[in-house]
Amino acid sequence: MKIIVCVKQVPDTNDVKTDVETGRIIREGVVSMVNPDDRHAMEEALRLRQKHGGSVIALSMGPMQAKNALMQMLAMGADEGYLLCDPLFAGSDTWATAYALGTCIQHLGLPDVILCGRQATDGDTAQVGPQLAEYLGIPQVTQVRAVVEHGAGFRVEAFMEEGYRVVKVAPPLLLTVSSECNQPRYPNMIQIVQAHRKKKVTVLSAADIGALAEFSGLNGSPTRVKRVFVPAPPPKGELFDGPPHEAVEAFIMKLKEYHLVPS
Amino acid sequence: MIAVDVDACTGCALCLGSCPFGAISMVREKASVDREICTLCGACVEICPDGAISIKKADIISSEGKDVLIFAEQRGGELARVSLELLGVGRGLATDCGSTLHAFIIGENLQVVSEKLIHCGAQVVHPVDLPGLSDYRTSTYTQIACSIITRLRPGIVLFGATARGRDLAPRVAQRLNTGLTADCTELSIDPVEKILLQTRPTFGGNIMATIITPSRRPQMATVREGVMELPEPDVTLTGLVKPFAMETPLEGIHEFCEVIHEKRRAVTLGKAKIIVAGGRGVGSPQGFELLGQLADLLGGEVAGSRVAVEKQWIERERQVGQTGSAVAPDLYIACGISGSVQHRAGIKGARVVAAINTDPDAPIFHRANFGIVGDVREIIPLLIAALKS
Repeated sequence: MKIIVCVKQVPDTNDVKTDVETGRIIREGVVSMVNPDDRHAMEEALRLRQKHGGSVIALSMGPMQAKNALMQMLAMGADEGYLLCDPLFAGSDTWATAYALGTCIQHLGLPDVILCGRQATDGDTAQVGPQLAEYLGIPQVTQVRAVVEHGAGFRVEAFMEEGYRVVKVAPPLLLTVSSECNQPRYPNMIQIVQAHRKKKVTVLSAADIGALAEFSGLNGSPTRVKRVFVPAPPPKGELFDGPPHEAVEAFIMKLKEYHLVPS
Repeated sequence: MIAVDVDACTGCALCLGSCPFGAISMVREKASVDREICTLCGACVEICPDGAISIKKADIISSEGKDVLIFAEQRGGELARVSLELLGVGRGLATDCGSTLHAFIIGENLQVVSEKLIHCGAQVVHPVDLPGLSDYRTSTYTQIACSIITRLRPGIVLFGATARGRDLAPRVAQRLNTGLTADCTELSIDPVEKILLQTRPTFGGNIMATIITPSRRPQMATVREGVMELPEPDVTLTGLVKPFAMETPLEGIHEFCEVIHEKRRAVTLGKAKIIVAGGRGVGSPQGFELLGQLADLLGGEVAGSRVAVEKQWIERERQVGQTGSAVAPDLYIACGISGSVQHRAGIKGARVVAAINTDPDAPIFHRANFGIVGDVREIIPLLIAALKS
């Protein structure tokens, strides 16, 4: 079974600062990590490989430093890493990202299963997975919480507001995996060292995969960022910053004032 | 405009005789209206036994390329609340564009829900009412949505950011080669350029971005439940129900798909009157046990921020915020939660917010009515003890 896992490197913080003058995001000095849901996607891929044999490719699009994220995936157990890295892809929205990843996957050969994380912690859109499936013309199941082998395919459980739905699907297919699906393994020191010694990340450019400039990056993106801003905060509420027991007393008085606890 | 639904027309030719102007002829055994001659008198509409001929009223002339279309989502025949909220925001956008608000809904037995959509602001409802469509299937729903959008050519299409909406909207946007903006918290029309301004929190919160789709159409966006205001239904509102006929066979309709209801999820935070929520500052699963005690004492539910869920201190079903549930309790106590834009978007509906945080400059204090500057691990036990006595 051939499996490709799409991985994104995201900032390891929820507190990204902007330059007040230019409105640009300050990326300098921000520590990066593998998007948490993507680790669950990789874990599911490794589980499938264990059962069916085959290979697992970790694929990412991003700057050169995203190699680190791919190295972590290799340490976890992926066989190969591919980084799609080209200035042409800068500024891609989710449509253009799906185009780039899709073109790359066609170049590498369509696998049986593509796994993505449910969503990334920076953009939070959860769009690239389904958009990639549509680009490749394969079925998708999003927000997957369990994957069970079923005949030649899978019986997949996916989140719904009412509970969950059960879908039967056969390869080729794309799943977006949520954190309920599994517990990702942590590589030990030996695996990390082995990954650096024996496995490699292949860097691919737009030309390597035959991606067209008119569909790539900012140029190919249907959406544009018109404005980035930090909304002006409303005034603070009444704060009690005295000794804890006094603060707690004042807090309970307030609850009574609002009739939230019996006075 | 007059239209003949060729699927409903049985070719009985009654309309031929009814037309005072001789504008109707039979083409391949179906009624065909010569629009040059037709005066829209409506005689044929009345005589047709199959309801196959319709006249669109003058006040709902479709302004091609400017109309607003929303995906109305049904779950087991019930309308999703977010769909009604979309009608509220959609009506405003349509007014600002000088256009019409359309809704489409996919399922079975959609008469009653179609009426409800009209009462909540839809001017034209397009039900796709066929056996087997009750259950959501990605391929079938994508095909139908794309057919409707291609035929209607709306300027704006909105989806709820629900499990179904987030599965469907990206697929549709990719197929139509257009832009899609997720989880918008504000939608408005640029007064000069007349394009849709889609504002959403980004980069994990604290920063807002306004996104536009300058040249591709339609402009597509998703909105989380509870973010936009729910319109009051008005039974005096009228509109047109225009069943949408698919011209191509349905894809994937026989794929296996079954929805399993789970009671556990039925206890939604959305209805809780008091919520005690914890974030990074709670520090441990044990800290959440204390929050649970406080919640029990107050007769409320315990919840968590995204960080707390990611650290697995609390289950995902109890996550509050843009990626979790939007809540509207009488009292929301935020413990050790800094209060990102996304978290605050999820507590927009809370009547009173109280916060406990070590950082006096935490954004949550700007949303809080009152709060304590202090360590939750110290404050919560004191609070529990004080409330008990």
